[in-house]
Amino acid sequence: MGSVRNNKKAIAVFILPAAILFIVIIIVPIFMSAYYSLLNWDGMTTGKFIGFQNYVNLFTDPSVNFMKTLWDAIILAVFSVFIQLPISLGLALVLAKGIKGERFFLSVFFIPVLISSVVIGQLWLKIYNPNYGLLNAFLKAVGLSKWVHTWLGDEKTALMAVIVPILWQFIGYHMLLLYAGVKSVPKELTEAAKIDGATSWQISWNVIIPQIKPVIRMCIIFAVVGSFKTFDMIYVLTNGGPAHASEVPSTLMISLIFGRNQYGFGSAVAIIIIALCFIFAIGIRRVFKVEED
Amino acid sequence: MMAKRRIKTTVKYVILIFWTLVSLFPLYYMFTFSLKDNREIFGANIIGLPAHWLWSNYKDALTTGNMGLYFMNSIIVTGFTIIFTILFSLMATFALERMVWKGRKQVNAIFMLGLTVPIHAAILPVFIILRKFHMLNSYQSLIIPYVAFALAMAIMISASFMINIPKELEEAACIDGAGIYKIFWTIICPLMKPAFSSVAIFTFLQAWNELMFAIIYISDGRYRTLSVGIQSLSGAYTTEWGPIGAGLVIATFPTLIAYLFMSKKIQASLMAGAIKG
Repeated sequence: MGSVRNNKKAIAVFILPAAILFIVIIIVPIFMSAYYSLLNWDGMTTGKFIGFQNYVNLFTDPSVNFMKTLWDAIILAVFSVFIQLPISLGLALVLAKGIKGERFFLSVFFIPVLISSVVIGQLWLKIYNPNYGLLNAFLKAVGLSKWVHTWLGDEKTALMAVIVPILWQFIGYHMLLLYAGVKSVPKELTEAAKIDGATSWQISWNVIIPQIKPVIRMCIIFAVVGSFKTFDMIYVLTNGGPAHASEVPSTLMISLIFGRNQYGFGSAVAIIIIALCFIFAIGIRRVFKVEED
Repeated sequence: MMAKRRIKTTVKYVILIFWTLVSLFPLYYMFTFSLKDNREIFGANIIGLPAHWLWSNYKDALTTGNMGLYFMNSIIVTGFTIIFTILFSLMATFALERMVWKGRKQVNAIFMLGLTVPIHAAILPVFIILRKFHMLNSYQSLIIPYVAFALAMAIMISASFMINIPKELEEAACIDGAGIYKIFWTIICPLMKPAFSSVAIFTFLQAWNELMFAIIYISDGRYRTLSVGIQSLSGAYTTEWGPIGAGLVIATFPTLIAYLFMSKKIQASLMAGAIKG
């Protein structure tokens, strides 16, 4: 068997298709993007090497306003962590403690996760439509005509209007992860607390939540990293507008590269997004580890 | 005590039913307006069931709106993505988990990096490569990146299944004179079937719903997948909502039907990726 498991040719045959794809489509492009980000390049003519000028421009050029896109992503991340996750956790706790119809509710709450962001975005376009949309029709019907609004077209409300469906879509995902976490808490722990006279609220807060910290950590990582990568829903709803009111790094990257042919400049945005994804994934893990020790 | 418990249960159900409505109402709205005309959608009957079930919206979406073509394109792209992802990830996992060679730990670690790399890293460089080889506007231009970005997760899922296959099976086959390819094909592949469905579900959702690669790499209408197709449908029917609603339903129903029959399996597959993270 040893010689069979050592078969060099077979190893190559098995690993190469995946390895080549992975190298050509994922690894090499990271370095290509890093290199492009140092160029002043329109994609047609030869690029000119300009060092870190693109990065400097990102933070100083007011027509791009990269800080604003980061800020929008941070706002989305904050809403995800402090609104979306608590709702998910609440639902997970209610369901996991056992209630009739547990499976049914769990399955229903998960449905929005499965549907494409394009479909959900298009649907919310209709909901937000200023003339015929569901939201304004509802406001008129309940006598709140004052609140009727061009939700996606107004700089003041556009960002909030795109955040709501994003939160709505992924509540079910976090709920399912947390639900599985709560289910895996040993019964003896909660039983013991019950015997000691703890209320259901106290059990959740003092026994279950500390036990599922690793799952919560994972949800926070997903929520934060997801916020910095978010694209589909915003592209469909506003494409970053009006006047960059809902612009996030991804929509800026796409419009710089494929809208304005600023290949180098757009690549600098891509590199920052990649870096942020790694930093958050590693950083949040470390913060929680220190706490556990 | 009893009364208190009853109140508590009632509160719980109120919350759960409220959230059921929040989760489902937008979808209910989508289904109903896909069968209405503008008069109903715009005021006469906004949230009720359609007065006349207007199936012609679906006909419009499928024919004039090209949703039939986009649907087929999505099936082709997603289908091939799933097949290649399963095949390549299974082969790679076998080499990483069962074969003995120097550097396999490192290679595995590099694959796992793929879980963190966002597709933003690839969008422009791969665009330039594809343009150079005149491969934009083709099924491959989507299938190749989709497979590449699905590999990391697929290898992780496959590995978690392969660990549970006893090595003695392969060793017994080896003593019987089977070579490495035969072992892979006749022992590993059949036993890995449960992993296939997990990988397939995961890859299906990723490829079926993907937007960023699809809008950049496909401009030719003949190769548009659903996510891009819906965008152009909604551009073509700005004043008529019914066919757009029908298009949205057409893009969504395969997922929902699959979910109806195997909700547990789908939930488990989507969580599998997260568990190790």
